[in-house]
This record gives sequence, C-alpha cells and structure tokens, in this order.
Amino acid sequence: MLSAAADRVVRPRPAAGRLTRVWPAAALLVAAIVAVPNVVVLSSLATPNVELWLHLWRTQLVELALNTLALLAGVGAGTLVVGTVLAWLVVNYHFPGRGIFEWALILPLAIPAYVIGFTFLGIFEFSGPLQTALRRWLGAGARLPELRSWGGVTLMMTLVFYPYVYLLARAAFRAQGSAALETARSLGRSRLRAFLEVTLPLARPSLAAGVALAMMEALGDFGTVATFGYRTLTEGIYRVWYGMFDRVAAAQLASVLLLCAGALLALERGSRGQQRFTQRERRGAEAAPVVLRGARAAAATVTCAAVLALAFLLPVGQLALWSARAWAEGRVARDLGALLANTLGLAAVAAVLTCLLAVVLAYAGRLHPSRATRWSARFASLGYALPGAVIAVGVLIPLSALDHWMGATLARLTGRPVGLLLTGSAVGLLFAYAVRFLAVSLQSVDASLTRIAPSLDDAARSLGAGAGRTLRRVHLPLLRGGLAVATVLVFVETMKEMPATLLLRPFGLNTLAMEVWERTNEALWQEAAVPALAIVLAGLVPVIVVIRWSSATRG
Amino acid sequence: MRNPTSKQQTGWAAAGALALLLALSMVTGAGAQSGEVVVYSARSQYGQEPAIDAFTRKTGIQVKSFGGNTSELFDRLKAERDKTPADVLITVDAGNLWNAGRAGLLARMDSPQIAANVPANLRDPEGRWTALTVRARTIMYNTSKVKPEELSTYEALGDPKWKDRICLRTSAYVYNQSFLATMIKRSGEPRVEQVVRSWVANNPTLINGDTKILEAIAAGQCDVGLTNTYYLGRILAKDPAFPVAAFWANQQTTGTHINISGAGITANARNRANAVKLLEYLTSPEAQQSFADSNFEYPANPQASVNPVIARWGKFKQDDINVAAAGEFQAAATKLADRAGYK
Repeated sequence: MLSAAADRVVRPRPAAGRLTRVWPAAALLVAAIVAVPNVVVLSSLATPNVELWLHLWRTQLVELALNTLALLAGVGAGTLVVGTVLAWLVVNYHFPGRGIFEWALILPLAIPAYVIGFTFLGIFEFSGPLQTALRRWLGAGARLPELRSWGGVTLMMTLVFYPYVYLLARAAFRAQGSAALETARSLGRSRLRAFLEVTLPLARPSLAAGVALAMMEALGDFGTVATFGYRTLTEGIYRVWYGMFDRVAAAQLASVLLLCAGALLALERGSRGQQRFTQRERRGAEAAPVVLRGARAAAATVTCAAVLALAFLLPVGQLALWSARAWAEGRVARDLGALLANTLGLAAVAAVLTCLLAVVLAYAGRLHPSRATRWSARFASLGYALPGAVIAVGVLIPLSALDHWMGATLARLTGRPVGLLLTGSAVGLLFAYAVRFLAVSLQSVDASLTRIAPSLDDAARSLGAGAGRTLRRVHLPLLRGGLAVATVLVFVETMKEMPATLLLRPFGLNTLAMEVWERTNEALWQEAAVPALAIVLAGLVPVIVVIRWSSATRG
Repeated sequence: MRNPTSKQQTGWAAAGALALLLALSMVTGAGAQSGEVVVYSARSQYGQEPAIDAFTRKTGIQVKSFGGNTSELFDRLKAERDKTPADVLITVDAGNLWNAGRAGLLARMDSPQIAANVPANLRDPEGRWTALTVRARTIMYNTSKVKPEELSTYEALGDPKWKDRICLRTSAYVYNQSFLATMIKRSGEPRVEQVVRSWVANNPTLINGDTKILEAIAAGQCDVGLTNTYYLGRILAKDPAFPVAAFWANQQTTGTHINISGAGITANARNRANAVKLLEYLTSPEAQQSFADSNFEYPANPQASVNPVIARWGKFKQDDINVAAAGEFQAAATKLADRAGYK
C-alpha cells in the first residue's frame, strides 16, 4: 500500500546553472505583462480626485466598504462550510446517491452568478409565481424573505462558488488517503475529531485556496450585486464611472479593490504559515468509505440533494422552462450556433494560454523560491478580484497606445497607412482573460504542485535531469489532475465572462454571454434564458469530462 | 508542454505568433470597404434595426453594425481615435450623447434635412447629434388600486400618502440620472434635492428593471412607479388586460420628462457622406414610422405617428427643455441622489 503523509520538509534546493535564471526571469516577465492593467489602475491614484473622495466619504464609502466586507465574510463562510462538508461526505461515506453527487455537486460551477441571480428572482420575487400563489392561498399579507438583500446575494454566490472549495477539498481529502486519519483513529480520536484535528488542518492550503477564489469572485462581481441592488465597492465603481463619467475616479476606487484582493491573497498565504504540505508518494490509498445506514444515510443524501437542487436543478429548470417558452414564440437569436462556436473557441484558447502562464509562475516559484518569484505570483493573481470592465480599460489604454505607436512606426517604414492591429483584435481580449483568470489556474496548479514532495525534484536532478526535463517527466504527470482542473475552471470562467468581452471583443464577434447581457439589460429574462442555458450546458461538458477522467485515473 | 531550451520549438512558436498577428491584422483591417457605413450601436436589438435594413435596400449602401454597451463603445471610440472604423455612433440617453460630443468623438452633422426632421430640443445645440426616438419616463399605476385623479406630478410622489407604495429603479440607472439632471436644469439643485428626499422618506422599493417594476405594480408589491413607457407598451401588446396604466406626469406644469435614443457622426468617419445619408434617412418620416412601430417608442420626427398600442394613452405635453441638459447635469444629479440617500 502506498502511504501518504504530510510532513515538514526542506525546500527544494535551487537548481544549478543557467536554468536557475531562465525560470525566474520568465516568471517575472509574465508577472510584469499581466500586471500592466493593475498598474494602469493603480496609476490613477497619482491624481486623486479629492472632491469626489470627499463626496463618497460623506455619502456612501463606509456603507460600501461594510457591505463588501459583509458579503466577503458571508460568501467565505458559506462556501467553506458547504464545500468542505460536501467534500467530506462524498469522500468518506457511502450513502444512497453518493456516486451521482460526487460529480454532480461540481455542476453549479457552470452557472454564472448573474444567471442564478435572475432565475431566483424570477421564481422567488414578489411578483414571481411562488409568492403570487402564496398570496392566493394565505392572503395578501403572505411574504417570503426579501431576496434583494445581503442574505440573498450571499446565498446566490455561495451556491455557485462553493464548487471551488468542494473541488479542491475533495482532491485534498482524497490525496490524504487513510493513513493520517487511521493513525488518529488508532490514537482514540472519534471520526469527527479526527476530521477536525487531522484531516482539516492538512487540507488547509486547498480549502484556503478555494475560499480565496470564491471571495475574489464575490469582490469583482458586478452583475449579481447590480441585479439584487446590493451596493458594494464594485457597484460603486460602475456608478462613478457611468454616472459621473469619471473613469479616473472609478479606477481609484478599483485600486481599493486591488488592495482588498492583495490582502485576501496575503491572508491565504499566511494561513499556510511556515508549514509545507506535501504528499510523499504519488497518491495515497483512499480511505474505504464508511457505509451509512438509516437516518444518517438519509441525512447525508438529503444534504447533498438539497444543495444540488438549489444550486443547479432549480435554476437550470427555470432556464429550461423560459427557454422552451422563448423557443416556442420564436424569440431566439438566429445565430445561436455561431455564438456557441465563438464562445467555445475563445474559452479554449484562453484556458490553454492562462494555464501555460500559471505553470511558468508556479514552477519558477518551486525552482527558485525567492521573494521575487513569490511576489510575481501574487501580483499576477490580483486581476481576479477586479471587475472585468476595469481590467478591460486597463488593457485597452496601454494596448491602444502601443497600437498607435506601432501603426505610426510601420507607416513610416512602409510608407503606407497602417490600421490598428491589436485594438479590437483577439489579442486584447485574450490578454484580459489571462489577467482576470490567472489566479484561478495558478491556485489550482500551485496547490497541486505544493503537494508533490521536493525530494522528487532532488531525485530527478541527482539523476541528471534539468529543470525542464524534471517538469516534463516528473511534475507534469503528477500535476495532470491539477492542470485539468485549472484548464476547465478557466474555460468555464471565460465562457461566463461578460464585461471585458463586451469592451474588447473583435469587431462583430458575439458570444453567448454577450447575448445574455443584451437581453438581461432589458430585463428580458425569458429571452436571456436560451443563451444562458447554452452557457451552462457548454460548461457542463468539460466539467463532466474532467470528472470522468479523474475518476478513471484514480488509484 | 514546450521545452524552453529547445531553440527549434521557440522558432516555431515565434512563427506561429507572427502568423496569428498577420491574420488578425487582416481581420481587423477588413472594416472599411468602399462606401460601407460602420455603425457602433448601443440601442437594444442592435444590428436588427429594420430601418437600417430598409436604408440598405433603398440606397444600396451597405451598413455594418457593431453592438455594445454605451460606455464601452464610448471607451472604444476613445481608444481608437483617428483610426476608428466607426462612422456613426448610435446610443441611448441624451447624457451619453452629450458626453460623446464633449469628448470630441462626434463631428457636426451639418445637414439641413436632419434639422428639418427633428425638433431643436431633441438635437445637440452644437449640431453633433440628433434624436432618433423619444422615450417618455412617467408615472405608472395599478389600475385597481389607484385612481388617476390621485396623481399629478413627479414631485407629488413625495406626499406621505405614497409611503411604502412606490417602486423605483436605483439612482445608478442612467434614465433616472438624466431625469434628475433635467429637473435640476429646470428647478435648481436645492429644490430637486428636497423632492428626492421626500421620495426617499416614502421608503421606495428599489427594483432593477423597468419591466420588473411594472410586474411589481401589477402584483401589488407597490401601487405606483416610474418607468419608460415602451416597457408597458411591450407588455400590453402581449397582455392587453395587464392592470397597469401610464399617467402623464406634470401636464399642468413642465410637461412629462423625455429622453432620447440618438445618433451622431464620428469625428474621424471615413465615409462621412454616406453616414450623413444614413442619419437623414433614419430621421425621415418613413424610417421614423418603423422605429415607432417596432419598439413602442415615440418618433423624434413629429410627422410619423405613434403605435396604436400606445396611442390610447393620448397625446401629452412633453418637457420641451433641450435634452442636452441630461448630460450637463448628470454628474450633479448622481451626487445629489447620493446626498439625498436615494440609492
């Protein structure tokens, strides 16, 4: 039996020779390029709009900050509890439906937060079918709790973001295998105490990574909070930008978001402390799940089923219903096939590109754990918490400057006028996706890279393999799971992305998310349901493929 | 995974990147064919405007539409500067048009025909943009709970009798900002702030979406609300029994607030002559009729007639202030709403 354990180990020694410089240099370069939009945003602080800040301070800044913190706390706690509990249940117990729940619980990942938001409002709001029926039965005074509130937004985000925690927690629990847990049990700990005292602390990096992703999503979200009328810093940015036509001031507010994101990441890293969590062998033997019976089995099944119903079946059912109605009435975009093709193509390229960058950053950090590589990775992750539109502008400004400069230079060289090459091409858009989603792939790649024992690096190197060869022959095969998860996450995220796509997409290129935006903008939820459903279904395919693939290669 | 030490593979990657760039430049350079008019449009159902299709049929001039959100098209135009492929900017809300004019993105249209087609208060005083359609924002009420006699002005919604009975969009909504901005131009900030405070004191329910507000009024969540009329037109066309009606606000005073969707010609248009032709056609009675029929909006050209679905609300007195006020006072309106606690 293979054994897995977490232990304190020395860091891998920096590789010798030329490659020591190549990897950190590549990481710095990646981080520098990806940081450009952040720098553009931060540079707005150079010319503070004092009058506006005073106005914001007097009227709303405290409220926005408190609302944002409350949302982060709610989503953080919600995703942590839901994701961890579900992962623990499916990894350690046998109960009716477990085989289905194990993969099905990842599915809500494919639903954009703004989509689950408008489906829930459609069902549960005052003028929706449910409350209307309640009023008919119980009288005009019958009311459900207001969804357009902190609780409502937190619930929506918890339901669609918990899979981040669930995915990483499940992988971590599984990788831990039975050894640690059995040791604890043999020392007289109950199953629960063993879980709390051994399993959870060992899984901490994965849990923290998942929660950090969920919180950064919540921080950068605009669609959901705007639909629910819940005012956060991000919502404030849009108000300042669109309402006061003050892009600079909006960027200044966005710098506050950047600082929040930085603090979140610091907390996440801090939670790992000085400990290193590694997995000594390729994979630990899995603990044999305990078979639950009776009330306990029912409780486990009901818990999983309830989450799945709320986070997936209900919104998708509502979307399907609306879609059917829109379809029957012929209110469907004519070019749905083209929209789908565009969406998938963009997402695939963005996913591969972003994961390549993540591997460079994560690997440089492993080979050469210095302050420079650590900060490269951190800085490159900040984009995730920025609203897509802010990133888009951070991309658009430098890109168009470069473009105008290139155009002028080329025109001088060739003697012919040259149009814009980059602005409005796919380059800007892919760049924006990489900036926004690098954190997602980096978290996943880094978390799985951390679990590979450094002794493997030493062994490979003592056998004469260079860094590149070690990466290819040793790490990448071990990283397959993490890389697949990273690619799928970015793929799905890109499909759901709306604001940056809107601003940067090439001339005439429409995607499903664009179609959803256009319809929801006019509150045409039924028409929005068709493209929204297409996004969900298209996201399900890769999610399911990864799940099947990861269970096929298990053990 | 590529081995970074392999020079051969690096060379292939570089060649691939170069090919990609070339392909992209071909794609992006394809915009400006001879005479084709490129439109950046933020009107809903972009690219599917029947009036634009009719223009192509009539003149043979091709039109290529590119849709997007107002501020985003604005930022795009700004970034593209003199190299923009766009000849025409179509957008919603007078404040947005005013802002595009001020940012130097639009050129004077210099067309006597457009000036003849559209009343002066619906055009830029400096001649850079014109309205295409008129959108009225007025009081909507539940027909079984409110008698029209109880209603009079926007200002009167601050009366305590409306406590807990009003549904509003948030103050972040551009039509509300423009609404407050024109009010500021009319009555000055102190008076408008007083009005907004009285609304806030009535504890309005904030709902994101005009259609949603109308549904909320119908369901009895609130009794009155402020929305654009074409949203009600769309619902009534499908469900004539929908229990909400439009009340024309401020008929005895300033007239009902209106906003526009409109268009201008970009400062760096390559096909300016055809762009002018397009806007002249879009403001003509024929095209205006198609606008009025397709979205229950009011035509900007008074010669066109309104859609029968909304004609039953009767003629009404429009606020005749120049809609440019929406832009001039938009920032002031946003700050005023913040101060008054209107979220």
